[in-house]
Amino acid sequence: MNSPYSDKVIQYFQNPKNVGDIEDPDGVAKEGSPACGDMVQLHLKVDKKTQLIEDIKFRSYGCASNIATGSIITEMAKGSSIDEAKEITWQQAADELGGLPAVKNHCSVLAVDALKEAIRDYEEKNGLIKEQLPTTIEVVKERLKHVMNPIHGLDVLHTNLISNIEIDDNIIIIDVGLDEDHQFAPVVKEDILEKLEHRWDIEKVKVSFQK
Amino acid sequence: MNKEMIYLDNSAVTRVDKKVLKAMEPYFFDNYAVATSEFAYTMGIEAKDALDQARMEIAGSLGAKKEELIFTSGTTESNNLALKGIMYNQKDKGHLIVSEIENFSVLNTAQRIEKEGYDVSYIGVDGEGKIKFEELKAEIREDTVLVSIQHANQEIGTVQNIKKIAKLLKDKDILFHTDATHTFKRIPIDVSEIPVDLITISAHTIHGPRGIGALFKRDSVKIKKIMNGGFQESNLRAGVENIPAAIGFAKAVELITEEENKKLKSMRDKLIERIEAEIGDVTLNGSRKDRIPQNANITFHYVEGESITLHLDMRGFAVSTGSACFSKSLEASHVILGIGGDHVRAHGSIRFTFSRYNNDQDVEKIVTAIKEVVENLREISPLGKEGSEKNEFSLQ
Repeated sequence: MNSPYSDKVIQYFQNPKNVGDIEDPDGVAKEGSPACGDMVQLHLKVDKKTQLIEDIKFRSYGCASNIATGSIITEMAKGSSIDEAKEITWQQAADELGGLPAVKNHCSVLAVDALKEAIRDYEEKNGLIKEQLPTTIEVVKERLKHVMNPIHGLDVLHTNLISNIEIDDNIIIIDVGLDEDHQFAPVVKEDILEKLEHRWDIEKVKVSFQK
Repeated sequence: MNKEMIYLDNSAVTRVDKKVLKAMEPYFFDNYAVATSEFAYTMGIEAKDALDQARMEIAGSLGAKKEELIFTSGTTESNNLALKGIMYNQKDKGHLIVSEIENFSVLNTAQRIEKEGYDVSYIGVDGEGKIKFEELKAEIREDTVLVSIQHANQEIGTVQNIKKIAKLLKDKDILFHTDATHTFKRIPIDVSEIPVDLITISAHTIHGPRGIGALFKRDSVKIKKIMNGGFQESNLRAGVENIPAAIGFAKAVELITEEENKKLKSMRDKLIERIEAEIGDVTLNGSRKDRIPQNANITFHYVEGESITLHLDMRGFAVSTGSACFSKSLEASHVILGIGGDHVRAHGSIRFTFSRYNNDQDVEKIVTAIKEVVENLREISPLGKEGSEKNEFSLQ
């Protein structure tokens, strides 16, 4: 039978590793996607002298891709330094899992985001973060790399789905090269809003599609 | 495929009854002619007679005349023919009303019609999935031509009071179409009692073959042909008639009994009762009272539906979910959102639909399996833990 999931994804789905909470965690994150509804919680314990991740645990309120990615990413991060762990990409996680179905990639990118957020949380709490950067086009592009184009399963930026980005007076304007009645238009919009709306210096995000 | 599979997705499609297949067989191998005019050759005349007989039996089960039944390829085509056939037949572009929890073949057809410059209103539903009758009344206008409201919902199984709706519309001289795909032969409709103008039915939900359905169209109602070609089906639906399938459809209609419907209802009630008693934090979606006999739809809070269906699949059960993760569009069920549920309610919703080929042991087995699966997934979930963010996502 032709399952959309690799054997490894199924293995992790059935027997996820590093599930749970850490008492008094040094860093926590909860990433959720309103588009697909999945959610990942991540707890970190960091050795403050060596900056190595001593322990890492996750919980998932999500589908098989979400559970499997949460599991693999905790295995990849455990024992590595926070700087190394920060560099773990969604692609590396997907490769470790023997691939993920294109349409499901945005459920799995959450786990990667959660890891980055948990590290950022740890850094913030421990005075390791410099001041907040203003939102520039480059920052927007960086965030958009975490929004999936469900048609290809790659991010909206690399698949040239974004036709224009403007920042004007604390408002971000994004034009998406997708028909407004495309089946994925609402999902893409929700994902973009979720990634950008909470920027400290942004009041509004306007996303428009082709008429 | 695993022979031990317990199939509980019978609102998607049902297994064909062997008696149905047997009834169809001669029309593939013995009399495989098209339905000709009565002036042609014997095989063609006999084929026409067989098709007419099937038409009469199926129409009869709705209390209709055989002239009032147009064979189509199924629910999607029947719904397209009803909506487009009526709206395109108007001199001036008129107004169409549909409910917002219709099957996609009604909703997307309505949207297409709207794009072509017609006005379309979408009626909301209450928490059980019943249409808001006052809202429907308020939406009716001078130029309202057609109202299309399903008899029962495909996901949550809620049955609408189509008699009340039909009477309201009859008084106002507005046409009424109902998609009865999920109630046909399960909940009786008699067109001599209910003034409904168009009804969609299909064979695939009653152990008939797929690829055949029909549209009941009251004699007095005029529609425009949307499939152009030959003069088949009273010149309302072109294309070679699917006679073997029509014969199978009629056989499927004949085989459904009141006793079977009672058995479905009993399995459904037992499933709901046991899940509610044995698993915490669940919500029944749809109406407890006005519900098709074959459907149970339950949200298991704090867990996601695709994960549940995948685990159940590995254990040999086929069910479906309203979770966005499961759908081709990555959107949560528009039905669950329509009844006021949020993404969370859709996220953990599972639809179980029974058929002739299920029994009480299947209920026992699915209850045992789903208890374990939900328990395991709740172990992994960040939600619903004692003292944790149980309230972060609202429980409906």
